[in-house]
Amino acid sequence: MSSKTEQQDKRKRLRSRWRKQDTELTLLALPTTIWYILFCFLPMFGIIIAFKNFRISGGFLSNVFNSPWVGFKNFEFLFKSNDAWIIIRNTIGYNIIFIVSGIVLPVLFAIMIGLLHSRKASKVYQTMMFLPYFLSWVVVSAVGWAFLSFDKGIVNQMLVSMGSDPVNWYMAPEYWPYLLVFLNIWKGLGYGMVIYLATITSLDSTYYEAAVIDGASIWQQTRFITLPMLKLVIVMMFILAVGRIFYTDFGLFYQVTRDSNSLFNVSTTIDVMVYKQLKTATVGMASAAAFVQSVLGCATILTANWIVRKIDPDSAMM
Amino acid sequence: MATRTAYETGLEKFNRTNKVVNIFFNLIFIILALICVIPVVVVLSISFSSEASIRETGYHLLPVALSGEAYTYIVKQGAMILRALGVSALVTVAGTVLGVFLTTSMGYVLSRPAYKLKGFLTWVVFIPMVFNGGLVSSYFINTNLLGLKDSIWSLILPLAVSSFNVIICKTFFKSTIPDGLIESAEIDGASQLRIFFSIILPISLPVIATIGLFLCFAYWNDWFQSMLYIDNQNLYSLQALLNSLMSNVDALAKNAASMGVSYAVLVTTMPKESARMAVAILIVLPVAFAYPFFQKYFISGLTIGAVKG
Repeated sequence: MSSKTEQQDKRKRLRSRWRKQDTELTLLALPTTIWYILFCFLPMFGIIIAFKNFRISGGFLSNVFNSPWVGFKNFEFLFKSNDAWIIIRNTIGYNIIFIVSGIVLPVLFAIMIGLLHSRKASKVYQTMMFLPYFLSWVVVSAVGWAFLSFDKGIVNQMLVSMGSDPVNWYMAPEYWPYLLVFLNIWKGLGYGMVIYLATITSLDSTYYEAAVIDGASIWQQTRFITLPMLKLVIVMMFILAVGRIFYTDFGLFYQVTRDSNSLFNVSTTIDVMVYKQLKTATVGMASAAAFVQSVLGCATILTANWIVRKIDPDSAMM
Repeated sequence: MATRTAYETGLEKFNRTNKVVNIFFNLIFIILALICVIPVVVVLSISFSSEASIRETGYHLLPVALSGEAYTYIVKQGAMILRALGVSALVTVAGTVLGVFLTTSMGYVLSRPAYKLKGFLTWVVFIPMVFNGGLVSSYFINTNLLGLKDSIWSLILPLAVSSFNVIICKTFFKSTIPDGLIESAEIDGASQLRIFFSIILPISLPVIATIGLFLCFAYWNDWFQSMLYIDNQNLYSLQALLNSLMSNVDALAKNAASMGVSYAVLVTTMPKESARMAVAILIVLPVAFAYPFFQKYFISGLTIGAVKG
């Protein structure tokens, strides 16, 4: 009995001893660890600016320490401002549409492209549809300008040639919710499809063999084999997307709309607001908004994961 | 991984959708593919349109009057454009090399099961995935504390590491590199640094290519860091230059004028609209040519990432 615990002790000591290779591995991990400290963890402490009356002058650290505490004043300003409702509505509203369209459409098209007879054609379509994913938002904004510019744009020329009046697109908020949703789908569809298609093409053939023997049609195979097998990936993408529900693609909402003031009501999201305030040096509300973003974002991703774990432990991320 | 997929067995040939459905699906994908590609073709055609035709009749799907004046202008006068091209290239190469080193080294360390600080470092990588300091405090840390404002490092450093990439690497090292290989090297007396640089890296080309490509595209396409941190026009990347051209077509002329040519002459003679689109093409061209070749790496990379680590 006693020899057994002795042995366990010995093993424990052996396991806890710091070896030479631990030093070497630490050395190898050191640069990346320093990067994480500088660019991820330091900003986490900087988040206390949200509770201070922060002034930008001189050194950062002395500013953080010397700025007076204001408690939740910044948050009060943020939520009492007239635009708070619009900004929150835009951020969450667009994200809900993006999450639904960003799962349904890629899954649908991935299944469809997997059913094409010609594998070569499917490769060509995939490659072409992947292209927008690699364009930066600045380029997309130039593309948008080529189509939507008031006097030179292609869309207006087509409208005029069909006898309608040209539309001043960058001043017309009523069209932009559709345009923004369209652009978001356009840019992400090829990427989404590839993720699901990679899963579909790696599924074990025996399921399909068995189904074919049982006389299942191609539609029944899709319904009862392919879709259930995709569930894991779908759930993972869903958690990731929900965790970012307070974040938006800044480029889409700022660059593509050319920061047009007429579009404020339909294009301003939390990120756009934070950036604009940062550039005009009104830091109070911006830091409060950024604080809300990170804390609620963290809470949502953990909650989404927790719910998924309750329903289906295998699909949970952590 | 011995399972065969439906595609490998040729099974899907026996059980296909009927011809009509196939044609219908093909039609849908042809339309979708065109919607994805045409916008880029339009930008290309505008960049080859003559400035006079744009002024008179606006942009067109196909150029009304073909002209290479935008490109000859870039070669002759566009010192600013060429400098921006240089900045973009430098940032992309340096960032990718640095990022690949930082990512793979951390991934390797985390993949060693016996390493003492593994638990701690896993948290270091994991926490930033769910929580971050937000734009405002990152901005102040980077500008005031680290002094990155108007420095080329502000375009390189903040984008170098992403926890997602680290986890891809860790999963790759864990699943594809046999423990025996590392153990035998340890027995031979090789240090961990040596094992990493002369054994692990050379046999990990697939994951290095994947991470490298992700980083390459991220750096080449980045404009946000420039917008945040760069005021000095000499440090503009191509993206930042296009960004400023989009809001002000005369920006090029102003810059060229500071180099001794009369501003008034330049504004009237330079191709403004087509030059704008020519810069966009300069950005898109390398990407459009490169990515079809690398698509298979991306796909394998995405699949590695989808495996839970």
